[in-house]
Amino acid sequence: MTTQVSAGQSAATGPVTGSGGWREAVTDFAQNKMGVAGLATIVLMLLFSFAGPLIYHTDQVHPNMLLITQRPGANHPLGTDNVGYDVLGRLMVAGQSSLEVGLAAAVIAGFAGTFWGAIAGFAGGWLDSVMMRFVDALLAIPSLLLVLLLAAIVTPSVFMIIIVLGLISWLTTARLVRGEVLVLRSLDYVKAAHGFGATPRQIVLRHVIRNVIGTVVVQVTFEVANAILLFAALSFLGLGPPPPAANWGGMLTDGLNYVFSGYWWLIYPAGIFIVVTVVAFNLAGDALRDVFEVRLRSRNS
Amino acid sequence: MTRYLVRRTSQAIAVLFIVTVVVFAILHFLPGSPARALLGIRATPAAIRQFNAANGYNRPLPVQYLLYLDRLVHGNLGFSYHYDQSVGSLLAMDLPKSALLVGASYVFALLIAIPMGIVQALRRNRALDHVLTGFSFVGYAMPTFWLGILLLVAFSASVHLFPPEGPQGATVGAALGDPAGLVLPVATLTIVTVAQFSRFMRSSAIDVLLQDYIRTARAKGAAGWHLITRHVLRNSLLPIITLVGLSLPGVLSGAIVVEALFNYPGMGWLFWTAAGSHDFPVLMGFTIVVAAATVIGNLLADVGYAVADPRVRYQAS
Repeated sequence: MTTQVSAGQSAATGPVTGSGGWREAVTDFAQNKMGVAGLATIVLMLLFSFAGPLIYHTDQVHPNMLLITQRPGANHPLGTDNVGYDVLGRLMVAGQSSLEVGLAAAVIAGFAGTFWGAIAGFAGGWLDSVMMRFVDALLAIPSLLLVLLLAAIVTPSVFMIIIVLGLISWLTTARLVRGEVLVLRSLDYVKAAHGFGATPRQIVLRHVIRNVIGTVVVQVTFEVANAILLFAALSFLGLGPPPPAANWGGMLTDGLNYVFSGYWWLIYPAGIFIVVTVVAFNLAGDALRDVFEVRLRSRNS
Repeated sequence: MTRYLVRRTSQAIAVLFIVTVVVFAILHFLPGSPARALLGIRATPAAIRQFNAANGYNRPLPVQYLLYLDRLVHGNLGFSYHYDQSVGSLLAMDLPKSALLVGASYVFALLIAIPMGIVQALRRNRALDHVLTGFSFVGYAMPTFWLGILLLVAFSASVHLFPPEGPQGATVGAALGDPAGLVLPVATLTIVTVAQFSRFMRSSAIDVLLQDYIRTARAKGAAGWHLITRHVLRNSLLPIITLVGLSLPGVLSGAIVVEALFNYPGMGWLFWTAAGSHDFPVLMGFTIVVAAATVIGNLLADVGYAVADPRVRYQAS
């Protein structure tokens, strides 16, 4: 009985790399309509922001006081803002920094969280306790509070904001990875590797990281969405990068002054872009989680 | 149970201790030191030395930390040179107003999210469920301030139903005296929170509906309202206890934005202006207080959960 169970367990959490495993995962993902819609939207947003300015040329650096707050028309499909920037073109440039910040911060956080969680889970004992209480402590401080605190210290630029958001977005990943490592390190093949004389460092790099990668990818996808929202909130609170740099949250902040003027093109487009992008990342994350969970379950049975 | 309580409480104390270390570290790794932040970039080295000596900043860091901890334990959160007041008195003035905003939003959010989640679970994968899931997905993805702006456009600019500004009085009593002003800030924070809670409530109720005791209750003839209130509601509320504790940091983040947007002079507003004016004693003091509230809230939620559900304390010990 015992042998059966442990055999089943090691099969369940066997290495997921190798072309067969990934092809399977891609097929599973392709069957999830919402996930595909999310991924397609993300690709569209990236194209719009990065390829769009190549086709649709606008000046997003020099203010033009002759063109301020113009209604949408032939020359400006989405009108102009309070310093004369074309809103459609600004959405593209703003999208670049919003997406860059979201993606870069989440990836940094993914790496940081994986290593922190893997080390804590593998070390165990007092080191594990101290490392996880540190995570608890940072989680107890509202993320926006931490971001404001750190942003008040640094000079806001896209680079610094990526660092700040990366510094606070790794906590959940660390918790999840630690949980998985605790399960993994009790498994037979990890014990066997240890028995063969593999150092903890080798075991973490060879076996642990490979097996938690699914969890991390899912969590990073959600963190992109969170980072985009936090970046928007930070810009709204006036601690984003100063103009002429643009981001979606900052555009909304400028639009706030025109709520009572009925200038809808300064209030709706940027907000819709944020919501659509964040929904897309959350849908993709949900689909990825289903893919990895279903695969684990099918291996278990 | 006692073992669980002792372990959980000592964890909470350890977490609070680390919070103070982190906050102290941030304060002391500030570029240019507190003296620079206060006296400005043109301060002479002599003035900075004098300031550091007067405030104990020239002593070794561990000693400074212990003194800081000692002041904290005695309720001294620091002094805001910007407002020329102790952080404690600023807090005493502004915390109740934020508590009113956050508390009211929590109450409304629970009143909406709990029935919403149960209805979704009962109508799982039908049209109504999809519509409500769509609502919470979008609500979850919406920047809080943009939701507030949309409410401003709809109820303040287009129709002059509610004022665009929160109550301006200095006390909670004054805030309560202007209920119309509270509507939009509370509504904004409520909607964001509902989006988060209803997803949990839905999956919690779905889990409960699949349990054997529900099948048994149905077999014994329990149906309709009785089944929902007696069996589904009570059991699916358990995870919500934990969620209320865990969601506090997120809701407080939302409160900062809402207070800034509606110009509501609470703790979040003060924190925001302090971040703008580099008023670090205020930022630090408030961070500690909020973190303590979260840790204690989570502890109470866990203990409450263990009291409500015997399975938890047996698993934990």
